[in-house]
Amino acid sequence: MQWEVVIGLEIHTQLATQSKIFSGSATTFGSAPNTQASLIDLGMPGVLPVLNEEAVRMAVKFGLAIDAEIGQHNVFARKNYFYPDLPKGYQISQMELPIVGKGHLDITLEDGTVKRVGITRAHLEEDAGKSLHEDFSGMSGIDLNRAGTPLLEIVSEPDMRSAKEAVAYVKAIHALVRYLGICDGNMAEGSLRCDCNVSVRPKGQAEFGTRCEIKNVNSFRFIEKAINTEVQRQIELIEDGGKVIQQTRLYDPNKDETRAMRSKEEANDYRYFPDPDLLPVIIDDAFLDTTRATLPELPPQKRERFQAQFGLSAYDASVLASSREQADYFEQVVGISGDAKLAANWVMVELGSLLNKQGVEIDASPVSAAQLGGMLKRITDNTISGKIAKMVFEAMANGEGSADEIIEAKGLKQVTDSGAISAVLDEMLAANAEQVEQYRAADEAKRGKMFGFFVGQAMKASKGKANPQQVNELLKQKLEG
Amino acid sequence: MHQLTLAEIAQGLAAKKFSSVELTQSLLARIAQLDPQLNSFITVTQDSALQQAKAADERRAAGETGALLGAPLAHKDLFCTQGIRTSCGSKMLDNFTAPYDATVVAKLAAAGAVSLGKTNMDEFAMGSANESSHYGAVKNPWNLEHVPGGSSGGSAAAVAARLLPAATGTDTGGSIRQPAALTNLTGLKPTYGRVSRWGMIAYASSLDQGGPLARTAEDCALLLQGMAGFDAKDSTSVDEPVPDYSATLGDSIKGLRIGLPKEYFSAGLDPRIAELIHASVKELEKLGAVVKEISLPNMQHAIPAYYVIAPAEASSNLSRFDGVRFGYRCEDPKDLTDLYKRSRAEGFGAEVQNRIMVGAYALSAGYYDAYYLQAQKIRRLIKNDFMAAFQDVDLILGPTTPNPAWKIGAKNNDPVAAYLEDVYTITANLAGLPGISMPAGFVDGLPVGVQLLAPYFQEGRLLNVAHQYQLTTDWHTRTPTGF
Repeated sequence: MQWEVVIGLEIHTQLATQSKIFSGSATTFGSAPNTQASLIDLGMPGVLPVLNEEAVRMAVKFGLAIDAEIGQHNVFARKNYFYPDLPKGYQISQMELPIVGKGHLDITLEDGTVKRVGITRAHLEEDAGKSLHEDFSGMSGIDLNRAGTPLLEIVSEPDMRSAKEAVAYVKAIHALVRYLGICDGNMAEGSLRCDCNVSVRPKGQAEFGTRCEIKNVNSFRFIEKAINTEVQRQIELIEDGGKVIQQTRLYDPNKDETRAMRSKEEANDYRYFPDPDLLPVIIDDAFLDTTRATLPELPPQKRERFQAQFGLSAYDASVLASSREQADYFEQVVGISGDAKLAANWVMVELGSLLNKQGVEIDASPVSAAQLGGMLKRITDNTISGKIAKMVFEAMANGEGSADEIIEAKGLKQVTDSGAISAVLDEMLAANAEQVEQYRAADEAKRGKMFGFFVGQAMKASKGKANPQQVNELLKQKLEG
Repeated sequence: MHQLTLAEIAQGLAAKKFSSVELTQSLLARIAQLDPQLNSFITVTQDSALQQAKAADERRAAGETGALLGAPLAHKDLFCTQGIRTSCGSKMLDNFTAPYDATVVAKLAAAGAVSLGKTNMDEFAMGSANESSHYGAVKNPWNLEHVPGGSSGGSAAAVAARLLPAATGTDTGGSIRQPAALTNLTGLKPTYGRVSRWGMIAYASSLDQGGPLARTAEDCALLLQGMAGFDAKDSTSVDEPVPDYSATLGDSIKGLRIGLPKEYFSAGLDPRIAELIHASVKELEKLGAVVKEISLPNMQHAIPAYYVIAPAEASSNLSRFDGVRFGYRCEDPKDLTDLYKRSRAEGFGAEVQNRIMVGAYALSAGYYDAYYLQAQKIRRLIKNDFMAAFQDVDLILGPTTPNPAWKIGAKNNDPVAAYLEDVYTITANLAGLPGISMPAGFVDGLPVGVQLLAPYFQEGRLLNVAHQYQLTTDWHTRTPTGF
């Protein structure tokens, strides 16, 4: 049986406001427990919420960026349930009238095709606190620093058909919220968390299979693994004659399995109703216009511009546009070096692996855009070869200065004087007289292979500084001659 | 000294006939002597009251003036008071010391008012007899076997018994006006949004509104002046200027159009009360008011709608009392569920539990549309009725309650009978309108109140009419025997 996977995602993004959504407390991560919890965050008797306008602005920014209908009359509702880290016994969220309605986001898949993912809605809500079960023997601690942090919950349509597509979508949302400056995107700190709704159906079947929701997955890698694991579980279950039950499940990365948390029957009745402490939020056209004016160039536009302006492939353009910092870095390098394709390659390959190795983000890169641009300029003007450039790059990464300083200090300037190259070649050929004999005796096919040997020897003899093109030409003349 | 009204106290303090400390000492002594009969206070704050009185005297000596500077009053025990127990009449909050002041408390303190303590109330403001308090029933000073009304029964009984000149209350379905009527006081429920709800422990957020209880309209004007105003901490507070309520008390009411809703005078109203209400109408006509009959056709739906909306909101508002962070926690909980269940079962009284159950039911999946949404529609219809009526009249007049105060315990087995006592007051809460109850006579020695309702933010008009009425009547000056 051929199975089709259907995935819809709910992404919780923590909005990067200075203060909480309904109180003046700070939202800084990692402070000592309960030092950022005010009377309101503690749910003290008699306290009342006051909406943070900045959270509204950020949600509207997101809505405009995904071309969504903005809920110009949106309403906060109470989601009622008991949990120790939920101080009021209800979470203030949005139900029937969310701030962001239907929209969409285009994602680029690995083969370069673009897929449009529907976004059902996005709504504002407050985060809960945290229960701490370690360090308290026989008891639980409650930290309410996070309680009241603004969240934008982004709900997608069930439009994704593989774990890879799901990850591409999450990455696109991740890039977008960072572009917009509305979320720091720090998944390790829980700034962006994902619930994955997964079902399978026989290929060609119109109706969806029964879905399971995997709660709170917080890395790209785990999203992919969790979905694949869950898909496998569902297929095996059905093929063994079983039935998928609608459930909430948790992914355990250590065992690479999902486990049932609760079934639909056990699900809470949240008794949603409009929060009488908050008035409906009215967003007028003027607010929309001023917010729209603050939108930066977004990944899709940037991707298209990179393709059109620099002649990059769709894939390269989308990789480079995937984060604002990387796109800015790339454009700075292009500006200095003047060669976009070369810049794209260096930023994605050499710089990419350096950052990967050092485990840092591009905004903390040991090689600045100015340094890299300066070095690429020396490749394009033939001062150094691509091979030497790798040495220079390494030296820049070690903090040895600009490309020009390194080239100067290490004497890496390419030799383009044909007299000098000719002398090096003569010396090298004399030292390899036997191979020269063999070469001359060999047929065309063999000669091709042997030629590479002489180029290698020549570059070695010149310590890599000889202009490779000149070496090729002169060597050919000498061997043929 | 205990017979003085707020206005008279203001004059006496200004004329240096007595000091705030002297007045406070005298009233504290009276509370100690008489309150055991009434049970109107949950907490008497003797020390802080004397400190506040001393501070007020010093401010006055330094040249400051103000109608409330040095004036003694008390707060219903659901207004949070920093460092002082705020119990809401519940075992749940018996151990709760508020870490902050409600806006109303802070504003009155800033005006120099002296708080003598916290008054008894129905548990979480749920009730109209003040019998559901964890601290015991409050007695009506007019007849100690009778209820004082509720839920602001402690404030009403204390002011009626001349233990103090005025007190704060809150009104969710009549909890200021009904006890005012049953104890011969003047009590005003302001427009929703006129008085900040910050620090006022919520029963039903969309209906709750704080207001004054006093013996005269003149005093209600003084106290409301100190309570009203926009508060950025309450999103439902309305940014509307507060007029000088005392300044318009003397205005003529000649030509004032008063509507009598025929639904207010139908079956269920004690005919002796109807007679007194008509007598009060006659008095107002003598003062120049013009009376006409009107109709509020959706009034019959008000009680069912209220008893869906108020419990629904309460079921959510009271979720925070879970035994985790503050308030009552059961002994030795086995696990989290046990902690929740027993803390709430042991900490809340029966009426509170009833309403939480009703409210949770009304909000449940599958019932929400039939109950909560339906009730909200009724609410809109009731509001529309009033809007239509106020096209033709300036005020609406009727009885505050269908019956005078009943005997303590008489309605214990019939909650619906008790709920029906709110029939005339509830509509103002559903529509968010201001209303006042003022004394209109007695039936069997028990006070009867007449209620006036006005368009939004027309508290000044209510106080003006009540004051003019009180200039020509003396019901409000009657004092209960023994007090």
